[in-house]
Amino acid sequence: MTQPSAQTHQGSAPYEGLRLNGLTKRFGRFTAVDGVDLHIRRGEFLTLLGPSGSGKTTLLMMIAGFQDISAGDIALDGHSITTVPAEKRNFGMVFQGYALFPHMSVRDNIAYPLSVRKRPHAEITARVDEMLELVQLTKFDTRLPGQLSGGQQQRVALARALCFAPPVLLLDEPLGALDKKLRIEVQAQLKAIHQRVGTTFIYVTHDQEEALSMSDRVVIMQNGRIEQLGTPQELYQRPATQFAASFLGKSNFLHCSDGLYALRPEKIDICPATQTAGAPLGPHRTTAVVHSVTYFGSILSYTVALPDGTTLQVDVDAWRGGPTLDRGAQVTLDWPDEAAVKLAPDTP
Amino acid sequence: MAHTPAIPLQARNMWRYLPRGGWLLVAPLMVLVLGLFLGPLTNIMVISVTDPKPGLGNYAALFQSDALGGILWTTLRVCVLTTAISVTLGYCIAHAMIHALARERNWMLSLLLVSFWISVLVRTFSWLMLLGRNGLVNNGLEAIGLITQPIEFMRNELGVLIGMVHYMVPYAVLPLLASMQTIDARVLAASRNLGASPAQTFWRVYLPLTRPGLVAAALLVFILSLGFYVTPAILGGGKVLMVAEYISVQILVTLRWGTAAMLAVLMLGGVLGLLFVMSRFMKLSTVFGGTKP
Repeated sequence: MTQPSAQTHQGSAPYEGLRLNGLTKRFGRFTAVDGVDLHIRRGEFLTLLGPSGSGKTTLLMMIAGFQDISAGDIALDGHSITTVPAEKRNFGMVFQGYALFPHMSVRDNIAYPLSVRKRPHAEITARVDEMLELVQLTKFDTRLPGQLSGGQQQRVALARALCFAPPVLLLDEPLGALDKKLRIEVQAQLKAIHQRVGTTFIYVTHDQEEALSMSDRVVIMQNGRIEQLGTPQELYQRPATQFAASFLGKSNFLHCSDGLYALRPEKIDICPATQTAGAPLGPHRTTAVVHSVTYFGSILSYTVALPDGTTLQVDVDAWRGGPTLDRGAQVTLDWPDEAAVKLAPDTP
Repeated sequence: MAHTPAIPLQARNMWRYLPRGGWLLVAPLMVLVLGLFLGPLTNIMVISVTDPKPGLGNYAALFQSDALGGILWTTLRVCVLTTAISVTLGYCIAHAMIHALARERNWMLSLLLVSFWISVLVRTFSWLMLLGRNGLVNNGLEAIGLITQPIEFMRNELGVLIGMVHYMVPYAVLPLLASMQTIDARVLAASRNLGASPAQTFWRVYLPLTRPGLVAAALLVFILSLGFYVTPAILGGGKVLMVAEYISVQILVTLRWGTAAMLAVLMLGGVLGLLFVMSRFMKLSTVFGGTKP
């Protein structure tokens, strides 16, 4: 793939990716982003995940150059870009709601970043054709954005942001406006396009499924800080804090003498008490009563009450998990040592 | 199924075009509008071809009389200049208002609306005080030594233009303001993000998106300017004769109603023609209705 505007990056020292050092944004007394240190590797798909108000969008806007920085530094390839204005950063961006130019055709929208850079006409045409093919919109090139469906508009926005081969692509909740079924389809397309173009993707979302299914690494944000950083597997299997465990996936929390533990619902074994009567009690083996049963198609979710009154959630494969237990049934629970993960106390 | 006879079918279809019950409710209003608005208008058209004698003599005079041609040319020139200046200034004001803080914007909007409440006569006479040979502007400039001779602001087109632009700017601001308010700030951010300089963003995104507002403002100002009477009469001091003033003279002084009616019909035709030409290029509903294109 030709990369018309990437020469500036190829000439410099080995690509270090994007480095954020102590990035801070204050609005009056409120600190939206609080000293974020982050190294985003070249070509990776990094997701900023967090609830609204966690500072993820503000952080993205600072990287894009739309939000000025209260303290800290942003560096690309080892060169600080903190003072570079948004239009000179050469970062592509897919906005929430897409922000397509309503008065321009699909082709003109995609060509815009090249035509404002005054590229030769032939090069623009060739590159736009290539982008149209990448997002499978070749037949729609003369349409206006208003004549496209939400998913098609999303693809135009993606093609427009990738057209000038930016070193970094920023995506601000790009799937928020799509319905659930379409969203899953577009997730797969987005992931495939990422692998094809090899650009660094920084993706902001509050949807944990999107974060898990697409990202190389995920940053969980809370109160303007990084709560935890890791691959989707690391974050799911070894959450570091109570917030990380509850925000990414479901989790039970066990208060033990030496601290708080997270225990994922599907890691607990459950069987009727009659079947295990007489067997020796293991370290975690405990009896409980089924409080409620919810059927989700692929899984059965039980809420069970322990003798001391605490309730746990237990998920069972609905197909392989044996007969459904009734409400009020006496059950035995067990889980291996490594299933429970010790959590660090939450940062205040 | 039996064939329905042709004639009864047509008769039944005719009922579709006849007013139903609901129409009766607006009938009195229709009668009023037709009687009080279209009636006199038709009368004027009739006068333009019957007074002083039947025929197109009044219209032929357009091509024979230099005076009439001159008046039309002056009117057109003043109106085009007024429109261009008012819309440009209005665009700047609307742009400043949109990007001001909410509190400041409300102040600016109040000031704009206040200017609608001041009579055109009062405003024109104020300019008379300011721009006269011994007016505030000339005296002031002389006092600080910038000029030695008073500038002739009045009894010429400059004065008429100043007065008319001053009156028309608020009319230009309102449609522009409405049109700028609909622009999504993210679209402008996207333009910047894609590498466009502020000037490129303005010319390629902002200006095209405000085009319906620009057309609406220009049409509004141009049509209002065509019929402007008080300001050209006072600030022009009889030297800048525009159509509206000329019509009034024909009716009240020289009693040539035929010529007056002909000019009125011409202006009406001009405005309708302008709207028609505009409608070929864009949906007028986007200009006047504020609906999205």
